[in-house]
Amino acid sequence: MIRFALGRLVSLTASLIVASIVIFAVVEVIPGDPAAFMLGVNARPDTIAALRAEMGLDEPLIARYAAWVSGMVQGDFGMSWTYKTPVATLIADRIWVSLPLAIYALALSTLVAFPAGIYAASRRGGAGDTAIMGATQLGVAIPNFWFAMILVLVFAINLRWFSAGGFPGWADPWAAIKALTLPAIALALPQAAILARVMRSSLLDMLGEDFMRTARAKGLTCRQALWRHALRNALIPVLTIIGLQFSFLLAGAIIIEQVFFLPGLGRLIFQAISARDLIVVESVVMLLVFTVIMVNFIVDLTYAAVDPRLRARA
Amino acid sequence: MSRNLIIGAGLTAFFTGLAALSFLWTPYDIEVLDIPNRLLTPGGAHLLGTDHFGRDILSMVMMGARTSIAVALVAVGIGMGLGVPLGLWAAARRGSLLDDVIMRGNDLVFAFPSLVIAILITAVFGPSAVNAIIAIGIFNIPVFARLTRGAALPLWERDFILAARVSGKGAARISAEHILPNIANLMIVQGTIQFSLGILAEAALSYIGLGAQPPTASWGRMLADAQTLVSIAPHVALIPGFAILLTVLGLNLLGDGLRDWLDPRIRVVRT
Repeated sequence: MIRFALGRLVSLTASLIVASIVIFAVVEVIPGDPAAFMLGVNARPDTIAALRAEMGLDEPLIARYAAWVSGMVQGDFGMSWTYKTPVATLIADRIWVSLPLAIYALALSTLVAFPAGIYAASRRGGAGDTAIMGATQLGVAIPNFWFAMILVLVFAINLRWFSAGGFPGWADPWAAIKALTLPAIALALPQAAILARVMRSSLLDMLGEDFMRTARAKGLTCRQALWRHALRNALIPVLTIIGLQFSFLLAGAIIIEQVFFLPGLGRLIFQAISARDLIVVESVVMLLVFTVIMVNFIVDLTYAAVDPRLRARA
Repeated sequence: MSRNLIIGAGLTAFFTGLAALSFLWTPYDIEVLDIPNRLLTPGGAHLLGTDHFGRDILSMVMMGARTSIAVALVAVGIGMGLGVPLGLWAAARRGSLLDDVIMRGNDLVFAFPSLVIAILITAVFGPSAVNAIIAIGIFNIPVFARLTRGAALPLWERDFILAARVSGKGAARISAEHILPNIANLMIVQGTIQFSLGILAEAALSYIGLGAQPPTASWGRMLADAQTLVSIAPHVALIPGFAILLTVLGLNLLGDGLRDWLDPRIRVVRT
């Protein structure tokens, strides 16, 4: 297990290094002069020179990259050019919208998908199975930002149960959760559809296994065998998908935050793009990639701990 | 042929047909604004109504179909064009350093949240349909590379490959002449699925303003424009959404149907 974890740790570090190089290259090398890019065509030469000095652009590339990475490791993400605030502060403010939103959506998607997938698998080929599989086909085909607009039309504009957008802050937790409910539902829909399909097919694979026949032969009913033996084994691929989905949820939040005018990381990155504030864009993207790589690392370790076969194979 | 295949092929043909027809004819010119006739409800002279500039929604849906299909198709082309050769190469040199490098590179691309990187690319290079294609296309490469390698590996153990090697063919010729035809079905099915994901990704990018730019019509852009009108003219927001939904649904059903139809083993299980 320790060898497995160390191996994973090496590839995790390698991924992070390559990812940071790619992001640094795209943001700071490809545009030529980032300072001129950020200030636009009408900028005065002395303004550009001032920004160049502030960003340390006169240093060699390697030194700039090293400074950026060592800054991030110490929690210093640089200074935003448009907000005149440390990027770390901006991120700290916004993350309390995006992270709860992604977790809320993940919880909703799991809560819906598990029962739906298990029910469909246990009624394979029946009317319930067909209905659930049909619903998941729709779920993966609906663009979630459009679904969000429909939710607003029905539940905010017509029924007036929720507000159409905005975020009141966490001072009143109930109001905050209420404000995140429609966005979380919109975000969760496609993920729930995918997860339900994976849950169903993973369970169906297990139902054909020898140990299920043994369980039935020793007198367990279909239902007992499913709950006691099949479900546990079926959870391994499901866990992997949940880990992968977290990255989709974080990224998807960028778009859903636009629909609901939520002040999260997505809006931050989006406003930074419009303002050409590359320092913010670079740091937020790196943070998102870091989170995704970390989540996948944790999922890998978790199921290696659960399933010894995976350790042996790696 | 299954019901999925027929419905999927029908929907796909319908929207591809709309896109093709838009090259020759649309009911109205979408670049002409007609403010007095804005936000008309469906029916009458405008079959699907008009938007806030009085443009005919049916015409815009037809032009949008062209953008969506073109972007997604080229993105799948990039993914297949680079991913399949990489996968074949990795399989031919299985276990070597090259194989390892290709597959590690794939893992790395998978680790990036695709939408975030698409946003990064369009942020630096400017929003346009071409940059959207590149951003979506890059993430199709590892999908095809991994699938190709996985499907090609067991084939390399088969007798007919041994026979080809005995007859003096090199790895490249064997990959092209013997491996590729055997995995083509799988690629077609995956291509259909990636096509539908490409349509969704293009819609999302153009919804946040990072895809095709006006005056090029796109479904995501139509939804972004309609967002503030959703309470007074819901049809303006509903119609482009249904166009995306039906196209993606059609492609997914087509992919499922093709898989069942092309893979005899699955067909036996079902009948």
